[in-house]
Amino acid sequence: MPRRTDISSVLVIGSGPIVIGQAAEFDYSGTQACRVLKAEGLRVVLVNSNPATIMTDPEMADATYVEPITPATVEAIIAREKPDAVLATLGGQTALNTAIALYESGALERHGVELIGADVDAIKLGEDRLLFKGVVERCGAESARSHLCHSMDEVLAAAGDLGYPVVVRPSFTMGGLGSGFAHTEEELRRIAGQGLHHSPVTEVLLEESILGWKEYELELMRDRADNVVVVCSIENFDPMGVHTGDSITVAPAMTLTDREYQRMRDIGIAVIREVGVDTGGCNIQFAVNPADGRIIVIEMNPRVSRSSALASKATGFPIAKIAARLAVGYTLDEIPNDITRETPASFEPTLDYVVVKVPRFAFEKFPAADPTLTTTMKSVGEAMALGRNFTEALQKALRSTEKRGAPFTWAGDPGDLDDLLERARQPTDERIGLVMRAVRAGATPEQLFESTRIDPWFLDQLFLLDEVAREVRDAEQLTPELLRHAKRHGFSDAQLGELRHLPEDVVRGVRHALGVRPVYKTVDTCAAEFAARTPYHYSSYDEEDETRPRERPAVVILGSGPNRIGQGVEFDYSCVHASFALRDAGFETVMVNCNPETVSTDYDTSDRLYFEPLTLEDVLEVVHAETRCGPVHGVIVQLGGQTPLGLAAGLQAAGVPIIGTQPEAIDLAEERGAFGRVLDRAGLPSPQHGTAVSVEEATAIAAGIGYPVLVRPSYVLGGRGMQIVYDEASLRDYMATATEVSPDRPVLVDRFLDDAVEIDVDALFDGEEMYLGGIMEHIEEAGIHSGDSACVIPPATLGRAELERVRRSTEAIARGVGVRGLLNVQFALAADTLYVLEANPRASRTVPFVSKATGVALAKAAARVMAGSSIADLRAEGLLPARGDGGVLPLEAPTSVKEAVLPFARFRTAEGEVVDSLLGPEMRSTGEVMGIDVDFPTAFGKAQAAAYGGLPTTGTAFISVADRDKRAMVFPVKGLADLGFRLLATQGTADVLRRNGIESTVVRKHSAGPGESGEPTIVAQIAAGEVSIVVNTPSGNQARADGYEIRAASTAVGAPIITTVQELAAAVQAIEALRAGHGTSVAPLQEHAAVLAAAWDGFRA
Amino acid sequence: MSTGASGARTPAVLVLEDGRTFRGDAYGRVGETVGEAVFSTGMTGYQETLTDPSYHRQVVVMTAPHVGNTGYNDEDDESSRIWVAGYVVRDPARVPSNWRSRRTLADELDAQGVVGISGVDTRALTRHLRERGAMKVGVFSGEAAARPLEQLLDAVRGAPDMVGTDLASLVSTPEAYTVPARGERRFTVAAVDLGIKSMTPQRLAERGVEVTVLPSTATLEQVLTAGPGGSAPDGVFFSNGPGDPAAATHEIEVLRGVLERKVPFFGICYGNQLLGRALGFGTYKLKYGHRGINQPVMDLATRKVEVTAHNHGFAVEGRAGEVRQTPYGRAEVSHVCLNDDVVEGLRCLDAPAFSVQYHPEAAAGPHDASYLFDRFLALMEGVPAAQLVDDTGAADTTEADTTENPAADGATAKDA
Ligand SMILES: Nc1ncnc2c1ncn2[C@@H]1O[C@H](COP(=O)(O)OP(=O)(O)O)[C@@H](O)[C@H]1O
Ligand SMILES: Nc1ncnc2c1ncn2[C@@H]1O[C@H](COP(=O)(O)OP(=O)(O)O)[C@@H](O)[C@H]1O
Ligand SMILES: [Mg+2]
Ligand SMILES: [Mg+2]
Repeated sequence: MPRRTDISSVLVIGSGPIVIGQAAEFDYSGTQACRVLKAEGLRVVLVNSNPATIMTDPEMADATYVEPITPATVEAIIAREKPDAVLATLGGQTALNTAIALYESGALERHGVELIGADVDAIKLGEDRLLFKGVVERCGAESARSHLCHSMDEVLAAAGDLGYPVVVRPSFTMGGLGSGFAHTEEELRRIAGQGLHHSPVTEVLLEESILGWKEYELELMRDRADNVVVVCSIENFDPMGVHTGDSITVAPAMTLTDREYQRMRDIGIAVIREVGVDTGGCNIQFAVNPADGRIIVIEMNPRVSRSSALASKATGFPIAKIAARLAVGYTLDEIPNDITRETPASFEPTLDYVVVKVPRFAFEKFPAADPTLTTTMKSVGEAMALGRNFTEALQKALRSTEKRGAPFTWAGDPGDLDDLLERARQPTDERIGLVMRAVRAGATPEQLFESTRIDPWFLDQLFLLDEVAREVRDAEQLTPELLRHAKRHGFSDAQLGELRHLPEDVVRGVRHALGVRPVYKTVDTCAAEFAARTPYHYSSYDEEDETRPRERPAVVILGSGPNRIGQGVEFDYSCVHASFALRDAGFETVMVNCNPETVSTDYDTSDRLYFEPLTLEDVLEVVHAETRCGPVHGVIVQLGGQTPLGLAAGLQAAGVPIIGTQPEAIDLAEERGAFGRVLDRAGLPSPQHGTAVSVEEATAIAAGIGYPVLVRPSYVLGGRGMQIVYDEASLRDYMATATEVSPDRPVLVDRFLDDAVEIDVDALFDGEEMYLGGIMEHIEEAGIHSGDSACVIPPATLGRAELERVRRSTEAIARGVGVRGLLNVQFALAADTLYVLEANPRASRTVPFVSKATGVALAKAAARVMAGSSIADLRAEGLLPARGDGGVLPLEAPTSVKEAVLPFARFRTAEGEVVDSLLGPEMRSTGEVMGIDVDFPTAFGKAQAAAYGGLPTTGTAFISVADRDKRAMVFPVKGLADLGFRLLATQGTADVLRRNGIESTVVRKHSAGPGESGEPTIVAQIAAGEVSIVVNTPSGNQARADGYEIRAASTAVGAPIITTVQELAAAVQAIEALRAGHGTSVAPLQEHAAVLAAAWDGFRA
Repeated sequence: MSTGASGARTPAVLVLEDGRTFRGDAYGRVGETVGEAVFSTGMTGYQETLTDPSYHRQVVVMTAPHVGNTGYNDEDDESSRIWVAGYVVRDPARVPSNWRSRRTLADELDAQGVVGISGVDTRALTRHLRERGAMKVGVFSGEAAARPLEQLLDAVRGAPDMVGTDLASLVSTPEAYTVPARGERRFTVAAVDLGIKSMTPQRLAERGVEVTVLPSTATLEQVLTAGPGGSAPDGVFFSNGPGDPAAATHEIEVLRGVLERKVPFFGICYGNQLLGRALGFGTYKLKYGHRGINQPVMDLATRKVEVTAHNHGFAVEGRAGEVRQTPYGRAEVSHVCLNDDVVEGLRCLDAPAFSVQYHPEAAAGPHDASYLFDRFLALMEGVPAAQLVDDTGAADTTEADTTENPAADGATAKDA
């Protein structure tokens, strides 16, 4: 069947900010969908509030709305654009839920738009856990015994029937939010309570536990002619009980006979038909009892999911792309397989390699959070690796996570066997490491199976690795055979060095001398049955190399690896832009990355893709391979965040040409002493600081500077391990616990600037001219990590003179450091002094935001500068505006606000308490949203709506601020009162308000407990949902118990919580704007860009 | 076992007719073997593959790197023995893991005398065969591996040719045997065993068909009296099997007799090639064949795509939808492979006969094509072949249910 002719425009709904359980994979799928639909000649309208996405690039759609993904806003967009159809199956749970809301409110019908991809009944059958069980039954398959509950009483009754432990799962949530295991009634009350809260339909399913069974996933696709294919089978290394998003997973399935696999396939096909996913992809999860092969269907996702992104990268079968084609009417046999070109998409990929995905966690950022892995997804990113066998793929994947201690080590004493076996029972992010230590400590496969339930075949693979390690360690010498043998099982030069007590580079030297090098194989969807046209490569220590020679000079772009807090999709955005820009400029682009969620690892983003770990060894081998293929112009290390930047020196030492800012210059900016000298020469102030390599030094420096001080390890991203310390005791405590300090790991001690306005700058420098990309004024004061604080372009309150100082200082730094390409500088404006906090000689997190706010593709320009063009050239070419820059935007320019999205609601302490939601110098946000409108208040309001649904315009506000904030609070709180909010406050705050003529009701502190006649405490009131907005700023170092209880309660019920007084002021402005009816209008980026372009022209900087 | 990480590895070498060699470790029986090199792309079902008689005299290269993970069980054999002449894998399992596993694949290969090699760059080998086409190969391990290359190469080149050889007689059952219908008997079928897989009679038995399996040497007489008590069977079936269809003169003669008498006929794989030749279509050897369980085939009658199991080195000449005049009336090309347009099915429009080049019985492989057995039953019910069209391309889970029942299969496996 050819494409439907009755559809000429489609609204694609994106997935919004990156949050745990819904991450960059939806930028990948959404981007593919937009491209395909445009190629089909359809008018594509897109809505996504996340600026750090490729899909929201103006060229990806005809009308790009960076607006909140709320039913109201999306309806406004529909009203304005009048699309024929809505495609919601590529934007995760967010898009799906929004589409359902629009359907149920009758909006779709009102505007005569059709939901394509999957209809509402199908979505409900798939997502509603009870309805789905019916489906499974009708398909002649089994699901776990369960009861659906809408109240705590029903929950308790159900548990009585099923017995403990029980699994609690809310309906219609993503990434298992609010679900978990309950072993006792107390746990059950807690988890089910939260579950009922998180479920949009206050509905949880209580289910019989099948912990320890083998877990599988199938990715299926169906077209409207009812052709169905299974794209990929995935087996979880971690048995049932660990969310697939948190499991180490393997493709294809490793331990199924054909009978079991075909049985699973038959069920999968029957289910997709019964659910009625008429076109598109879906994901079905199974559990298999290792004792008798009994199969249980766990759930299905009637949409493109995290796993489908993984499956696409694992097989080369682009599920989202094909789903989009199917949605507009094609059938699978009409769609060609891009990779072979000859063969159609109506086949099932077959793999001649093994794919392993390893999740990346961020528990170190939430010390209070319980790292036990359960049915709620907790990982923030993932790395994938391919190899010609499991051991090779696993070891590559482990080192791809870039987590210290993640790769297996044979150093030191493994520890006590019984203790290890005991600890391995509990799934955590470190379990596989524990298991290997147990192997080293002499565990038997039986013992390990008994404690972990990990399949014996997988366990044996770990034993195999241990045997190889011993061989390497005990061998007389490293023979070529032995080296090759170890390499075939994925051992890195670093691991071999550790085993042989040699430095890594010596091992590498020996290896190269012996001619032991990897070859590069191709992902071709068909196990070499047909010739592959797409250079999508992975390394393997095998015989035949498949890379092809080329004429054009290549630029190798190093990606950013697995997403993690502080280094997320923003960096992938810059890498992808560089690839596009350099391809246009006539280079052959070569991408190296190991993150399966991203656009950069889509096989048709760059001319060549190497799906490889971003370690020095792996990158050097890629560069070597490419040098054999043809001229290599250079390697780009400044776009992928700290990961590639950290490789710069090593690459250069190995003679690899780095383009853009040189390693020496990078060091000038990164190394504190050197940077200090750069600032001195330029006469720029920075906070008084010192570098300590011992506790004594640290305390001495702090004493000299005066408390409070800010301490942190050097060379970090995202403020890792950074703390504001108020006295010597806490300083000693920090040095003892929070960080290890040593001569090569010094600790930085800075004077902490109070009441400072933080300013973020992204600039481009070619050695002569600077192009100021944008100046962002932070809403929160310095002290809240730039990644976590909201910011605004153009700056809302900075004067021309201040902006000029920022410009001059930035240029001075760019010159002093010797930047070629991008530079990010953070300033703090305190008492009229402009302090330089830090300079990052690389693309920053804010590049995509700035690019969208100013309508200039900064990363593209940066890539061209690195490749040798001058800013003047680029202005002439039109890649940059002919005149002016982002430093001083015309008044007509729209105002853009970036707001951070934080994951606090995800985590619980071991006792099941919410983790504290305080912001600090250590970054904790997983993603961001953008609000665009005519002025700051309205834009800020939109950003809030996009981040968490929005500010209340009426109701009760609870105020409790630290003394240092009492003065600043008065004015905004008065604003709230004038807007008609009922005010609750703690005693101290209430007193100050009263003296300023603002009435408020004093509340009972949590510590006071309920009053004799049962007056509830504020915590109880918040928990009861009586408070519509909570303002609580933490006070210095004093006991935070009450504050914690308050913030925890708010997080638990999802009430907006404001923890800084600056944010309060902004919020009040926004509420005023909302009340005045602003912020309801929507406009696409293309329109904003036009306004800007016009403004640029008539504009003199 | 020769494949541990530690412990001595027994060297082995694989030598191709064109002189390319691959070194690796011995796997299974240590010794030497020659045959035709073919690659199979299935990621599951190695036990079914090994015991598929169509692989007789072929050295099978597995493109899936890990082989043997689920061990070897007592239910999944597709015939009484392993037929492959040699086995080439990259990473054999050291420890099998599956609730049905009884022993390791390596031990079973050794027990059945199958010489194999592991640690080979199977992808490089597969690409070579794809580019140069199927060719003769030898696997030599232990002392044999130490012999000079010229000797090994001579041994390889001396191996018998596939083209022009009739192998069916060598794999066929010596004695006729009967697979009883499950439940009430609706039809009886005479199945000529050209290398039949045990799943095939079982698929029929499931549908209430009593199957009498006859040796490939069976005469038309014997075929037409294979019903209960010497009666005429309701239908005749020709199975899959190894070798060149052009060499199967006797079987083709028998088939012509069946067509003349308008006895309902269904053929699979080799059976499809024989129907082709009986109807006057030519057959030819594919460059490197179809061997895998992911092949997209379109049923031109319903325009539906089914994902199917293939194992054929030869194919019938023809074009999609082409209709030919034959001695038995019009015959059409009913199915094609969407990857390369190779003919995958034939159907007579004026006689009760049809056949497919692939494996509706699956084992190993998807169950998408099991509807073809229902079509055979419809044919025996009297539905004219020309009207054999329904859109039940659907994978039918009941199919899987029975295969999930090892006991039942164990029984038929022994029948075979
Ligand atoms: N009945 C159960 N017993 C034990 N573990 C389970 C059970 N059901 C689900 N799980 C585990 O919880 C994880 C999440 O469940 P799932 O239904 O997939 O929720 P989500 O929609 O968040 O993916 C699964 O990956 C599985 O490991
Ligand atoms: N001297 C200081 N006074 C006040 N706040 C500071 C100071 N130095 C850093 N900060 C705060 O800490 C955050 C993180 O510091 P930064 O140097 O940017 O580390 P990172 O490299 O992690 O971005 C900054 O965004 C700023 O809010
Ligand atoms: Mg799931
Ligand atoms: Mg910073």
